[in-house]
Parts: sequence; C-alpha cells; structure tokens
Amino acid sequence: MNGWNFPVNFDGMLSQVLEIVVALALAPLLTGWVNQWRAWLQNKSAPGLLQPYRVLHKLFNKDSVVADHASPLFRAVPYIVFGCMTLASSIIPTLSTDLPLAPAADAIALVGLFALARVFISLAAMDIGTSFGSMGSRREMLIGFLAEPALLMVLFSASLISRSTSLTTIVDTLAHRELAIYPGLAFAGVAFVMVSLAENARVPIDNPATHLELTMIHEALILEYSGRHLALLEWAASLKLFAYSCVGLALFFPWGVAEAHAPLALLLALPALVAKLAAGGMALAWLETLSAKMRIFRVPEFLAGAFLLAVIGLLVHILLAVR
Amino acid sequence: MTQLLNPAGWMRVDWVLAVVVAWLLIGIAGIFALRRFTFVSRVLFPAGGVLAVVLFGVSLSSIFAASQTAVLPIGLPTLPFHLRLDALASFFLAVIGAVAAGISIFAAGYFRKAEGTPPGLLCLEYHVFLASMALVVLADDAYAFMVMWETMALSSYFLVTANHRVGEVRRAGYLYLTMARIGAIAILLCFGVLQANTGDYTFANMRAQNLTPFWASTAFLLALFGFGAKAGLLPLHVWLPEAHPAAPSPVSAMMSAVMLKTAIYGMLRVSFDLLHVQFWWWGALLLALGLATALFGVVFAAVQVDMKRLLAYSSIENIGLLFAAIGLALVFSSYGMKALAALALTAALYHVAAHAFFKSLLFLSTGCVLHATAERSLGKLGGLIRYMPWVAWVTLIAVLASAGLPPFAGFVSEWLLLQSFLFTPGLPDPLLNMLIPVVAALIALVAALAGYTMVKFFGVIFLGQPREEKLSQAHDAGFWERIGMLWLLLGCLALGLLPVQFIQIIDPVTQQLVAAGLGRTVAASGWLLVPVTVERASYGPVIFLLGVAASFALAFLVVRGFYHGRLRRAPAWDCGFPWQTARMQDTAEGFGQPIRQIFEPFFVMHRELPTPFDARPRYSVVVEDHFWAWVYLPVVALANRIGRLVGLLQQGRISVYLLYSFVTLIAMLVVVKR
Repeated sequence: MNGWNFPVNFDGMLSQVLEIVVALALAPLLTGWVNQWRAWLQNKSAPGLLQPYRVLHKLFNKDSVVADHASPLFRAVPYIVFGCMTLASSIIPTLSTDLPLAPAADAIALVGLFALARVFISLAAMDIGTSFGSMGSRREMLIGFLAEPALLMVLFSASLISRSTSLTTIVDTLAHRELAIYPGLAFAGVAFVMVSLAENARVPIDNPATHLELTMIHEALILEYSGRHLALLEWAASLKLFAYSCVGLALFFPWGVAEAHAPLALLLALPALVAKLAAGGMALAWLETLSAKMRIFRVPEFLAGAFLLAVIGLLVHILLAVR
Repeated sequence: MTQLLNPAGWMRVDWVLAVVVAWLLIGIAGIFALRRFTFVSRVLFPAGGVLAVVLFGVSLSSIFAASQTAVLPIGLPTLPFHLRLDALASFFLAVIGAVAAGISIFAAGYFRKAEGTPPGLLCLEYHVFLASMALVVLADDAYAFMVMWETMALSSYFLVTANHRVGEVRRAGYLYLTMARIGAIAILLCFGVLQANTGDYTFANMRAQNLTPFWASTAFLLALFGFGAKAGLLPLHVWLPEAHPAAPSPVSAMMSAVMLKTAIYGMLRVSFDLLHVQFWWWGALLLALGLATALFGVVFAAVQVDMKRLLAYSSIENIGLLFAAIGLALVFSSYGMKALAALALTAALYHVAAHAFFKSLLFLSTGCVLHATAERSLGKLGGLIRYMPWVAWVTLIAVLASAGLPPFAGFVSEWLLLQSFLFTPGLPDPLLNMLIPVVAALIALVAALAGYTMVKFFGVIFLGQPREEKLSQAHDAGFWERIGMLWLLLGCLALGLLPVQFIQIIDPVTQQLVAAGLGRTVAASGWLLVPVTVERASYGPVIFLLGVAASFALAFLVVRGFYHGRLRRAPAWDCGFPWQTARMQDTAEGFGQPIRQIFEPFFVMHRELPTPFDARPRYSVVVEDHFWAWVYLPVVALANRIGRLVGLLQQGRISVYLLYSFVTLIAMLVVVKR
C-alpha cells in the first residue's frame, strides 16, 4: 500500500512543478496574444502583449466590492474555480508525460473538473440574485450540458486509439505512432474546435469583449465580481483557454512533449509548446474574426452538431477498427 | 430456547433477525404510545436508528463471511420462511442499515404534532416498513419474499398517505398501490416460472432448475416488469413523481434511497443468481430501457417547479443509470467476459450506495426547507443560504455528489460505468460494438444534464434573493435533524473519497454474482483507483481534492500576502440597474426553459401566455408526460369497458345470482368429472 503506485522521482517532481508554473505564467500571455492578433486582423490598434498582466495587477490592487447580501459561497468561488483550473493545467501533459499528479485524474475526471468549475461559477452568479446573474448561469449551464458530453466523446476517440483514458498514455501513444491517419480523429478535431469555442466564451457563441447585456454569457456570470475576486476569475479563464489549447495540442499535435526520465527534452519541450500555442492562438483569432456571433437560440444546434460529430468520430473509429 | 437467550452464540443472521424483531417491537410500542409525541420522537425513533447502525455493522462484516441460512417456522405449517444471508443480501442490508440510521435519527426531530396520522401510528408503519425491507433482502424462498414485498408496499402506502386529508395525497397513494400490485403479480408469476413445476418455491430449488431459453427469458421479462414497476422504469414510472412528494420527507428519503434499491436487488437476484443462462439481448433490453429512463428522468427533472417532484424525477434518472449498468453487466456476462461484467456490476453497486446516501440527504434537506418555510414550490423559495446556512452547505455537497462531479460520490460510479464502456470493443457482436459509443454518449449527456438540474435545484432554493417575504423567518435544522444529516453526509463524503476501500466491500458481491471482482487489482494500487492498470485508467479522489484545496489555499495566501484582503460591501451592481427586485431573478420555469425548448418532443405542454392587452397578465406552463396518453389512459379505458361488460351480469336480483351459482357449480362438476 504505497500511496502512489510508482516512485515519485526528482525528474517527475521537476516537470510537474515546471508545468504548473509555466501554465500560471503563460496563460495570461496566451490571452494577450489572441487579443493582439484579433485586433490586428480587425484593423484595430492592438493592446500590448502584456496587457492581461497589467489588468491582473490593477485588479489585485483594488478593493473587492461585494454585494450586501452575498453569501460566503460567492467569496469562495473565485478561489475554487482558480484551484480547479490550476489542477486541470497540471494534469494535462504539455511539457512532459512524466507527471506525478496525472494519475489522480484521467480524461473523464478532467471533464469532471471543468464541470465542477462551471457549476460553482454558475452557483456564484445566482447567489446575488440579479437578473443578469441568473440569466448568465442558465446560459452557461445550457452550453455546459451540451459541450461537456461532446468533449468527453472527443477524448474517448483518442482513448479508443490508445486503449486508455489516462492523458499521459494518450499523448505517449499518439506521439509515437507511425504517421497513421485516423479518420475518427478528424471528426473529433472539428468537434473539439467547436466545443472549445463554446467553452472558452469565444465568438460564435459568446464575445469575450462584449458588455452588451443581452448577449453576454461569461461576462454576465462574473458581472458582480470586482478586485481580487475578478482578477482570480480572469486568470482562471485564461488558464482554461490555456488548458483547452493544451488538450487540443496534446490530442492532435502531440509531438515535442518530453517523456519520462528525459530532463534535456524538457528544455526542448518549452519552445515547442510556445511555438505551438502561438500558432494556435493565431488560428483562434482568425476563426473569431471570420465568424459572426450567433443568436443564443442557435447555440444548442451548434453544440448538438459538435456532439454528433464527436459521436460519429467514435463510430467511424470503431467501424474501421472492427472491419 | 436457551440458545435464543444467549447472544454470544448467535450467528450473524440471528443478529439481523434480532434487529428486525426489535424494530417490530418499537413499532408496537408506538401503538401503545399513540399520541405521546415526545416519547415516540425522542425515544422510539432514535432507538430505531441505533438498531439500524447495528444492522449496518453486522451486515458489513457478513459480506466477507460465508453465507448463513435460517428457517423461521412462521406462516403455514408446511411452509416456513427460508432466510439466507449471503454477500449480495449483506451488501443491500448494509445500505439499508446505514441509510436508515441517518433517516431515523432525522425523523426523531422531523415529525411534528398534529400532522394527519398520530405519531405512534407513523412509528409503527415506519418500523414495519424498515423490517419488511430487511426481510425482502433476506428472503430465500418465494413465499417469504412475496409476503415481505407486499408488507413493504402496504406499509409504505400508509406512510405515503400520512397526510391523508389532502385529496392529492390520497390519489398519489392509490396510484402507488395500484402500480405496486401490478408489479407484484408479475414477480409472483416470475417465481412460478422459475420453480419449473416442481412445487418447491425455495430459491435453492430455483437455482437447481435448468430452464429452457424460452422459459428463462419469460422469467426474466416478468422480473423486469415486476421489479421495473417498483423501481420506476420507463413506462411504469408514473407513480414515482406522485408518491414521493406526497409522503413526509423522511419517508420520501427512505422510499427513494432504499426501497427503489430493493427492486434493483430483486433484478440482480433473479438475473444473476436464480437464472443460470443469460442472453445478450436481455442486457441490451435493460440497457435500452435504462438509458431511455435516465434521459427521460433527467429531462423531466430539469423542468420541474416542485422541489420534491424534481428529486423524484432525478431518482428515476438514477434508476435508469443503474439498469443500464446492470444491462451492460448482463451483456458481458452472456459473452463470458467475467472481468468486464464485474466492472459494470461494481459500477452499479457503487451507484446503489452513492445514490442511497446523496438522495436521502437531498430529500431530508427538502424536509428542512419545507418545515422552515411551508413551501414546496421552487417559485416561492430563494436565498435560504442566508437563513439556514447549515442545511444549505450540507445540501451543496449532496448536490455536487448527485451531479456526478469529482471528487464526490456520484462521480465514482459514473467513472466506473464509462470505463466499462471504453473497454467494450472486443464484443463478438459488431452491432453491439457500434452501439456502445452511442450509449456512452447518452450517459455523458445524462450526467451533464444532471448537473444542470442540480444547479437549478440548489440555486433556486438556496441562492439569490428570497422570493417571498416570509422566508426571512426561516429557521435552520434542529439538533436531531443535524445529527441524522451529518451521518449521511459522512457516508456521502467517504463514498466519494475512498472508492478503493468501498470496492473491496463490493468485491465479494461481484464474486458471488459473476465469479470475478475488482478487489484485488484495486487493492494493489493503494489510494489510487485503478480498475485494470495505471496506464489504462486511474482516478485518485483524495489527491484530486488535495490538489484543488492546495491551490485554493495557496492562491488565498499569496493574494493576501502580496496584495491585501480589503473588502467593501455595497448594493448589488447589476449593470447599474438600481430597481432590482427578487421577482427579476430566474424562476424555476425560467431556468427550465432551454430544456423545454430543446427537448420539446418529450413533453405535453399546456402554455398560457398573456397578450399585451390583458388587464391581469397571467403566465403558466404545465408540463406533463406522454405516457399518460400513450399507455395509461388506454389501459384505464379498457378496464372501464371490461368493468361495464361485467356490470351487465349485475342484475341486483337474488334469483339471478342464485342462477349464476347454479350454473357455475354445474360447470365445475363437468370439469372435475372429466
């Protein structure tokens, strides 16, 4: 009965700590990068790359203004959501697959972790009892209940290929296959992009820059937050975008991730990750610029489409595998 | 006789019987103290709770022991009760004991004076209900099983109609009793088929029979109908959302958390223990029915506006998931894939325990809310976290467990179930292989919708601003209620955080049913839940919780350390809108609106919309289910028609009746003579 069933070595600890630090540090940068590119693509003058850090610093310095009748739940939620997103980004293999924390949560638990954060933030939005808060939480849960199974199905497509739900095993297997083409993964990829757009409050579903009352979803959820609470939630949102990008990279572009017991590869993995994220961020800005925001009533169709695509991906995989 | 008086020589099955007898004695004591409220609530109910703890302890230890039998010489001279305490029975007894302990202690503080039935009578009905559930699980012949099954149905009927002065409650009770009767007939017929004309109704004899595929399938289908009616499987679910809200909250908790599980027990007993052969289509049928039930239940739960009805529909959803898991286990078992069958069965049994704990907790918390506010409608609640914080926080844990979120109880079973789907490819039947991803997708959808429903449940009751003036007078739970809920909460948390230890307990049960278990694999990896190997899948709820908690604490300390902890209170911002009132929050109808729209074909909706010219605008939505029109009303119409035909015989003249008896006698003689 040794708590962990494999030895926790120094390399493992190192890559684990490095991964958490990189995620926390780089997540706002990714948000800034996407915002910059979006502004450029839309012929606007862009804010600096470091703008998210300045915003975070400013918010942390400000007083937190909390509604008179807010319950302790409201004040705890920013920390809970931040904790969930930190854990999420520490179990997704971005730099290395030798992560001591990764066995604690596999792909299903990762989806559960995102769901946990979503439930808490929706509850917090209902806590104040304003019309925008409850509207936001209803819409967030609406998106959630369609996006969550779709994400699970995407991860299952990868799980079936690697015969495992462990994220590290999935990345190991996908990175070391001969360049076999899995048609199932192509469907899963499309579905994943659609889900990530919805889950990260991106343009066809939600607009991260809007404060127009009737269209906002994510902004409506965090409307009552200010000061350090808002800063934590913004940071958590960046972390979520970072985590989703990393899941996407891990599933569809898993090359360059260091394996167990290869400290040197870690040094190479970081530039590889940054390069991949930079490309991904540009693609995201490009997608957001090309599409127009959807009416909320169309969102279920969009997400049901993603869900069906993911299921079709699974079916295609099984059809081809069984033959 | 001397042996009876010496507890040191008792076997475990004797201890279980002693608890049952003591429960019955408490019930009888209740009759003698019919209206002595304090005695009943402060002495009898807690005593019943302590006995339940004893039952829990005894049955927990007997899961790992060899099975024991006993014969009780009651009933007809040649027809004694056969009892048997094996691993499967012990597991369900342990669940009954553990949950009943919490509910009994809660009930000590819950029942109030002057609520319909006198307290002593309630005490009798309640303890007879408990005793009969324990004996149903213990029964080892069809006779004892049916007698106890019927006692269970009757005692719970009386409990449901505790508030019998309300017409609605009487109607709900009648519907419940009808469905219970119909189900019982099917179970009786099932046993009749299983004993294969030997005339011996013991389970031991049924195990020894080798039925032909046709008769085995007949028995299985009869069991599915009978136990499905008790559990609330899809077309037979209608009684559940009526009966559960009508009953007092501890009774709803008991029915939903424990009584529904006796149906699951019966299903497992018949399909894995009494029948030797299994066919893949049995499993496929269970899987399909279970999934349909689960989806139906959760979609309806999401649109409910009555908090107890919402929970009742959520129970239907969970029963659906349980049946789906059992179906999957049957499919695996029919192909001889023992390990996978054990995995699916472990998921089912884990969910039995998890659902028993979190659902009883949720029902009890609605009981607290009901007492504090006298309001069951979600549209008139809100903001209770400020007036009853204790209940609110306990409910939050139960809500998270019910939504299947890690690291809480509901997630473990869901995780195990999804794992068993992922390991499926490799079934010999390609068609089944193809269906598996669709099924997994549906389960994921149901789980996500459960999250939606639970956010609605908790958010509308406990968060936001109170929608009525009187809610600010609401009081928190009393002493006994808190003790009972704490016990259940501990069980709920332990189930979420210690899956490895609980799977050890489930292992002997799956060993008994499918001759395989997860126990050894799981024990090898310590705190990490690893069903096969760590490369394939693993989940460590304790590490998970510690991870979130550690980053919570670190973030908190770092923010305080580097910046500050200043806080200012101000009116809500709400985009600068100053005339915000409690009426502007989402109502329960509003929160259910997206579901009503997306799943429109599921519902029969009657909507009353105001026009701009209405002097008194009114908006109302009534949501009903199709099965009334599809199944029940035609059956009722048929029964009425037959009744009218039979009524033609009824002439009201004595000579005609004498003629009938004469003709009948002649006919009988002719038959006998031949």
